[in-house]
Amino acid sequence: MEGAHDMGGVKWSGPVRPEPDEPVFHAEWERRAFAITMAMGMPGGWNIDMSRFAREDRPPEDYLGKSYYQIWLAGLERLMLERSLVAPDEIEAAKPLHPAKPVKRTLGPDDVAAVLHRGGPTEREAKAPAVFAAGDRVRAKMIHPPTHTRLPRYVRGHVGVIERVLGCHVFPDSNATGAGENPQWLYTVTFDGRELWGDVSDPNLKVSVDAWEPYLERT
Amino acid sequence: MSDHDHGHYHGDHDHSDLSETELRVRALETILTEKGYVEPAALDLLIETYETKVGPRNGARVVARAWTDPAFRARLLRDATPAIAEIGYAGRQGEHIVAIENTPQLHNMVVCTLCSCYPWPVLGLPPVWYKSAPYRSKAVKDPRGVLRDFGFGLPEGTGIRVWDSTAEIRYLVLPMRPAGTDGWSEERLVELVTRDSMIGTGLPKQPHEVA
Repeated sequence: MEGAHDMGGVKWSGPVRPEPDEPVFHAEWERRAFAITMAMGMPGGWNIDMSRFAREDRPPEDYLGKSYYQIWLAGLERLMLERSLVAPDEIEAAKPLHPAKPVKRTLGPDDVAAVLHRGGPTEREAKAPAVFAAGDRVRAKMIHPPTHTRLPRYVRGHVGVIERVLGCHVFPDSNATGAGENPQWLYTVTFDGRELWGDVSDPNLKVSVDAWEPYLERT
Repeated sequence: MSDHDHGHYHGDHDHSDLSETELRVRALETILTEKGYVEPAALDLLIETYETKVGPRNGARVVARAWTDPAFRARLLRDATPAIAEIGYAGRQGEHIVAIENTPQLHNMVVCTLCSCYPWPVLGLPPVWYKSAPYRSKAVKDPRGVLRDFGFGLPEGTGIRVWDSTAEIRYLVLPMRPAGTDGWSEERLVELVTRDSMIGTGLPKQPHEVA
């Protein structure tokens, strides 16, 4: 999906602004937004790729007009509304108006440490050997799927070199749509700066992305 | 503090807009709690974990150990996830970690141009600038410009390698150990390791800075 979230190389005004002694959260609502988003993953039953798509699949003016945790919140609302866990009139009324939908599990305080420690590993057993090996030259395909993808625009069509074979991992393009994990080989692909940006690039720049096998073709 | 510092990409949001967000978060938390989907004690624990337990101090420990223990360093660079788990750091947003080493010839920088992927178990939650449009857009095209924004430059001719975290692999930069720290213990070295030095937008502190 072509969205404002895919920012690599976009001309942006103004410098990066580090904030000295930055706090983890800047407001109480950010704390709460973070926590409810994290906690709803378990009863909600969505996966990380569905979450990312729910945040990113919005008009550029909306995406760019929201702060980071406002985007999280909008994504969370969308995921919950899609599954009828909450209804629009409840958000409007700021209280429950309909019975709760049965959920398999909720996150209790005793689960928090273990759930965070376990995380969500994405590596899976490979069903077929990797097509590419370190050193192979590959081209990032020129794809424009209307659904979720993790191949950034700035590398599409460009030629790079397989630097590392990272194992077989859950494929976001499938996982985000509910079509299953569909694990695919994952590679670190390294591009010369000049291949991506032309003569304006620092000649000593190399940029890598981690790309699943379906994103790549042999040159 | 301006709205920009709070991570707004574009335009200004006045006070009423922020209040609207506050009210909406409060409304959602009420609804989710009353419906039994979330437990307030778990929410508090999640916040407490990332405000007080999981942060760049963890990564600093990893780096300082790599500086003092060559066998650990070798394990870290070969397969960082189990090496880091030896110290007790693992899990959410750090399920598959790769450590990358700075050398006099090569400087590494980590970004996520698509969202804000970041190695939580070793660095905590990402700072606002890391999630901001200027960083996400500029890091892959003009990393030297980014370094200037952070107030430092690299010697001409030094290679720059940018790692865009587009999958579930999370990257941790192993910065170079500062000169003048021979004989320092892991404990003392931890104080030199800044968060930004593990992202690649900064360097470790010099010994005189922590005197």
